Amino acid sequence: MLAFKDKSIISLNINGDNVTVMVNPSYTLLHVLRENLGLTGTKPGCENGDCGSCTVLVDGWPIKSCLMLAVEAIGHQVITVEGLKNAPIQRSFVENWGFQCGYCTSGFLMVCHALKNIHPDADDFIIEQWLQSNLCRCTGYGEIKDAVKAVLENKI
Amino acid sequence: MGYIIGQNIIRKEAFNKVTGTAKYTDDFIATGIYHADLLVSPYAHAKIISIDISAAASAKGVKKIITGNDINVLCGPLIDDKPPLAKEKVRYHGEPVVMVVADCEQNAKAAVAKIKVNFQPLPVVNSVSDALKENAVLIHENLQQYKKNVSDVYPETGSNVCGHVKIRKGDLQKGWQESELTIESNFTLPQSDHAAMETRAAQCQIMPNGRVIVCSSTQAPFSVKEQINKTFQVPIEDIDVNVLFVGGGFGGKAAVQLEILAYIAAKAVDGHTVKIASSREKDMITTPCKIGLEAKIKIGAKKNGKIIVAEMHYNVDCGGYADIAPRIAKAIAVDCAGPYNIENISCDALSVYTNHPVATSFRGFGHTSLSFCIERMMDKLGAALNIDPIEIRMINALTEGCYSPTQVKVTLSNTGNFGECLNKLKTLINWHEGQRIVESNHLIRAKGVGCFVKTSDSPTNAISGVLLTFNSDGSINLNCGAVEIGPGMKTTAAQILAEKLKMDIGRIQVKMEVDTQTSPVHWKTVASMTTYMVGRAVISAAEDLIRQLLNGAATILRCTPEDLEIAEEKIFLKTDQKIYLTFKDIVHGFQYQNGNSIVGQIMGRGNFIMNQLSYLDKETGEGKAGPYWTPGAQAVEIEYDTIQHTYRILKAATVVDAGKVLNPKTVKGILMGGMCMGLGLGTSESFIYDAEGIVQNTSFRTYKMMRYGETPDYLIDYVETPQLDAPYGSRGLAEHGIIGIPAALANAISLAAGIDVTKLPITPEQIWQQKEGVRQ
Repeated sequence: MLAFKDKSIISLNINGDNVTVMVNPSYTLLHVLRENLGLTGTKPGCENGDCGSCTVLVDGWPIKSCLMLAVEAIGHQVITVEGLKNAPIQRSFVENWGFQCGYCTSGFLMVCHALKNIHPDADDFIIEQWLQSNLCRCTGYGEIKDAVKAVLENKI
Repeated sequence: MGYIIGQNIIRKEAFNKVTGTAKYTDDFIATGIYHADLLVSPYAHAKIISIDISAAASAKGVKKIITGNDINVLCGPLIDDKPPLAKEKVRYHGEPVVMVVADCEQNAKAAVAKIKVNFQPLPVVNSVSDALKENAVLIHENLQQYKKNVSDVYPETGSNVCGHVKIRKGDLQKGWQESELTIESNFTLPQSDHAAMETRAAQCQIMPNGRVIVCSSTQAPFSVKEQINKTFQVPIEDIDVNVLFVGGGFGGKAAVQLEILAYIAAKAVDGHTVKIASSREKDMITTPCKIGLEAKIKIGAKKNGKIIVAEMHYNVDCGGYADIAPRIAKAIAVDCAGPYNIENISCDALSVYTNHPVATSFRGFGHTSLSFCIERMMDKLGAALNIDPIEIRMINALTEGCYSPTQVKVTLSNTGNFGECLNKLKTLINWHEGQRIVESNHLIRAKGVGCFVKTSDSPTNAISGVLLTFNSDGSINLNCGAVEIGPGMKTTAAQILAEKLKMDIGRIQVKMEVDTQTSPVHWKTVASMTTYMVGRAVISAAEDLIRQLLNGAATILRCTPEDLEIAEEKIFLKTDQKIYLTFKDIVHGFQYQNGNSIVGQIMGRGNFIMNQLSYLDKETGEGKAGPYWTPGAQAVEIEYDTIQHTYRILKAATVVDAGKVLNPKTVKGILMGGMCMGLGLGTSESFIYDAEGIVQNTSFRTYKMMRYGETPDYLIDYVETPQLDAPYGSRGLAEHGIIGIPAALANAISLAAGIDVTKLPITPEQIWQQKEGVRQ
């Protein structure tokens, strides 16, 4: 079992790069991404696991980074919105008007991107199960639905 | 017209928002700045007996601890009734009491936990009706001593009423005499939260030369400037407010609160930069929320369905402090009759202090609440007379030549065509198939209608401005003071400019950030007024550019300005398009072959000020509160389970008189978002208080909003009756998708379940209780 006490230097793999950061064991992954690494594309929304704004991918799976300690990410591949690099879902959100204020967008992009990779044949039920993890307050989810479907149907 | 207006234009900042590079206030990460955190009141109403900060003061990293006794100011936009940190007593659950400034967020939070406050609970005013009782506990004992910042707000001494707006139109007595039936009902709507995905945040630094630099997630940077000036007597020229992208506002970020606290914190630590960011829990109750409402409406009508008279009492729950609530009450009064023509009206709209969280503007500015009451009344009237719900609305529809409750004459330009919205709605939701359809032995499909008109209720002198500069290649920079909070108004401004100059919108760069030192003043990014106000300023600035371009080119091309025309970044002879100058040739000065130069740098200035608006008469309400109204008709279709009392929302529909749809996909998105939020208010969103006024649901785990998969099919259509003084005829509609939806849902459920919905949100439990109540 890993044990951390007081400030510790840890190595994380973020967007394909190995980075070394000094953390308190209590720091969340969200905190370290934003405050230590300046990756502010990952947004805090509730820091309680309810809104999904801070979603990142850990080994390809969407994880709410406010609910994961940074030290728990050691040995895993973390991808943030900054690591998407022209993924089809990004263009699809733009072309389908999938956001307004843009604050929840990173989280939705990460969930949709993982969905496409893990369930390329996802039906409406699976899409719903996955996307219910996140909240958007500007759109009525209609355009987000269009955006994720366009990617699943390889139209982007 | 038609160069680019009416086309789907992708927002200018789109790719920055899908790559995580668009910056919001709290994305400003810097080492060495301080962080502030708040101890907030665990009581809704209590005396502060003592505050012990000794343990916190010596805690790790603490720089300063500030209590209400350290600050001798009161603040507020209309009435100075609020200490930034509670003094002597607390008036709502969540009110800031002590602020800790520390070297990092964690240390600030840890220190807050070490502060001990001794409270003595006071009797709690837990509803508007409690607050209005005779001998009610007074929440502000010294109401009459508060300074008013505007002349037209009327607090009532010795009561909990901080504002009273009256509408008196026609002859009430005559109206009641002529009426053949009367309908009366009471309505209760709860407070709820804006729940923008970005929680509010602000930071402040005070420079050695006295400059106050604020960065905030605000919809109203120029109000922040004014309020810091007014509250602390900082010279207005020394205050600079910067706004990056804002992660949703919905009215909640038009209130000024954290900025005041950030200033106090920075001042206490010798000007060092201090950041204060709300947690979600504090964002819900410590910072302002949406109003609650208790209303009593009585209408008198003829048997043919025509409403003759209405007597209305709208009592707004503004919580512990007034903030902007008296203006919301005014907005409710101004449009108290909804989109209907009623000749004889008496309306009293009170803003009432309670021991609930402070309320401020929320999408719709009171109209969602008033619409709920009026639209339920319309259905009740229709049912009583056996007249179809759409027909009863058509009979009473506001039309050209009618007078509004505040006695403004209605024209097609200033109010659009509401009747046509109703007509189109009928088709859109397949009204002719019936309103209540039994699908099986326990499933009923039902449709309900809810309508609206809304105007701005802005100050009578609200202003906006636009500055245009050229780059050396002839492309244009557009700078305005409106904040990009989500609806894409900056892109719309560019679209209006591209249309006016007949140029490629890709060659217009919009400054997304607002900086009050260099951006022209824009009143506030609220009230669905941005496209109208900024758009008018854009057109005025474009005309300024055109004048300079034509004059300059006329000299160079040896003709008169009237001989020339502008398109595609060229100024050309009308008679021979081959003779032209490009923008690039002239905008930074034209140089002749021998080196002589003329014209100079061309810059465009445009401005807008509201015209013809007036204060409302104190006794009758007569006056003009906004430049125009946007009308619309909405519907919700549900499937109701008669055994479980649950329901599914199948469809939500909106027809709005948009005047002209400038950017169809953007407009559709804004309307769908509004409808979704309206369904949230209808189905689940509400603050729940216990008997002591403590809010029970301060997180998204317990405060439920609509999620993916819970939303219906959205149906949208438009009427396009041009508004003559608006950019390309277009009416504001950014708030409007929400307004009629809770009412439409309530009407559908009332019909399907055979109950009388007078409260929100509508839960299966509530339906069950009403059904069982009927049986008993």
